[in-house]
Parts: sequence; C-alpha cells; structure tokens
Amino acid sequence: MTATTGASATRRLILKGAASVALIGLGNLPFAAERARAAANDKYPEQAFRQKSEADAIKALYGKTAEPSDKIKVDAPEIAENGAVVPISVTTTLEKVSSISFLVTENPNALAASYLIPEGTIPSVANRLKMAKTTKLVAIVEADGKLYSAVKEVKVTVGGCGG
Amino acid sequence: MASTIRVRATSSGDITEVQALIQHPMDSGFVKDAKGEIIPPHFIQQLKFEHDGKDVFVADWGPAVSKDPYVKFSFKGGKKGDDLRISWVDNKGASDTTTAKVG
Repeated sequence: MTATTGASATRRLILKGAASVALIGLGNLPFAAERARAAANDKYPEQAFRQKSEADAIKALYGKTAEPSDKIKVDAPEIAENGAVVPISVTTTLEKVSSISFLVTENPNALAASYLIPEGTIPSVANRLKMAKTTKLVAIVEADGKLYSAVKEVKVTVGGCGG
Repeated sequence: MASTIRVRATSSGDITEVQALIQHPMDSGFVKDAKGEIIPPHFIQQLKFEHDGKDVFVADWGPAVSKDPYVKFSFKGGKKGDDLRISWVDNKGASDTTTAKVG
C-alpha cells in the first residue's frame, strides 16, 4: 500500500475533484479530511485568533470562504448599551454542522469564539461577547464541509475594550 | 477551593441543555489599569464538555469573550444522573475541571 503522505495527497485530489463521490465511495476517511475544523479537534486555533480582519480569520480557521445563508439565525441586540457584555446566539437549520464561529469585525482581532459541534450536539450556541464599537457580527457555520455565513449589525453605545 | 465553573445541565426527552458560567477575568490585553499600564491578556482558550467519554462541545475562545463567560448549548443522548465533565485551560496554562450531574 502507499505511504501515508501519498494517501493523503490522493485524498485531497479526490476531494477537490468530486467531494460527494468521494464521500459515498470511500467511506469515513475522506469525510474526516473534509471537515477541516473538526479534524483539528483538540488544537486551539491560535493563528486564527491573531488575525485582524474577518476575512483573514476565516481563512486561517477554515482555509476557505463562506457563502451567505438564510438558514442561519443570529440573535443579537440591535443596540448594545454595554459593549463589554453583548449576548449573542446563533442557531441554524443546516444539517451536518461541525462548527459555529463568531466574528466581530470591528474588534482588534475579528475572531471571538469558535465552537466545535460534534455529531449529536444541536447546532445552536449562546454566549456573551465584547464589542469595541458599533460593528457587524458575522456567524460562520460549517456544515457538510461547506461554509455559510450570516451577518447582523450591532450598535454599541459604550465600547467593550475599556478605552 | 471552590470551582470556577458553574454548570446547569437539564435533560428533557432525549435532549440535554447545558448552561455554564465560569469565573475568569478574560483580560483582552487592550485595557489599561488605573496607572495607565496595559493589563496583559489573560483569557480562557479552550473549554470542553465531555459526556460518556466523548466531547459533546468544545469552545475555542479569544479575548473577545466577555468576563465571567457564559455559554449555552444542547446535545442529544444525556440522561438524568449522567456525569458531564467540564474543563478549561487559559493562555497562561491555568486550568480547572469539574463534574456536573445531568438533572
């Protein structure tokens, strides 16, 4: 049989060419590679958290770009009086969700939190984030190996960075 | 010492809803103290929830998560009386672990 490196290179090619065929045809291994975020399971994505812009953070975290989806619901206050504590939740009706990430575009580092959603966990997360000023909140959902996004504008009256 | 982690896990039907509140400063590294000196970053990086030997939820956090972080999620398969193991580690290497019962 081929060495491990060869096998993974082949797998990548197959995935690029025909992801769906690979999924059905080759069983579990390609699927694990496809779920990029989930594959890195235990590793803290240090680089992604260091990126300043939203686009760079998404790229560092997932290595691909997201397309807008109306199947993601972002629940955030329209006006946040205190930017230090802004309650935000994201719920999606997309299937095969493997991760959900929260990005605050106007913060010094855009990526705020990223959650791994193993099989059996409901793709719905609520948390509280800091926002430096009025900003877009971008929710990214990784579902079936693809990235989807939803955006919500939050007006912040008092910034959360103590400035 | 009292745990920094407070968890409420309640099961209804085959869904277990988990809410967790953790005591942590979550210093971003962008804030100055009264003397005008930067407070160095100090924040939880990873928070894990394990049920039945399997991760049911993993949170990777940056310093933009609010002080004393709160998170809520739900998973399938938990029963009343089951153990839920929660652990976090921060950017300075500190950590805490606790076990909660699903109620």
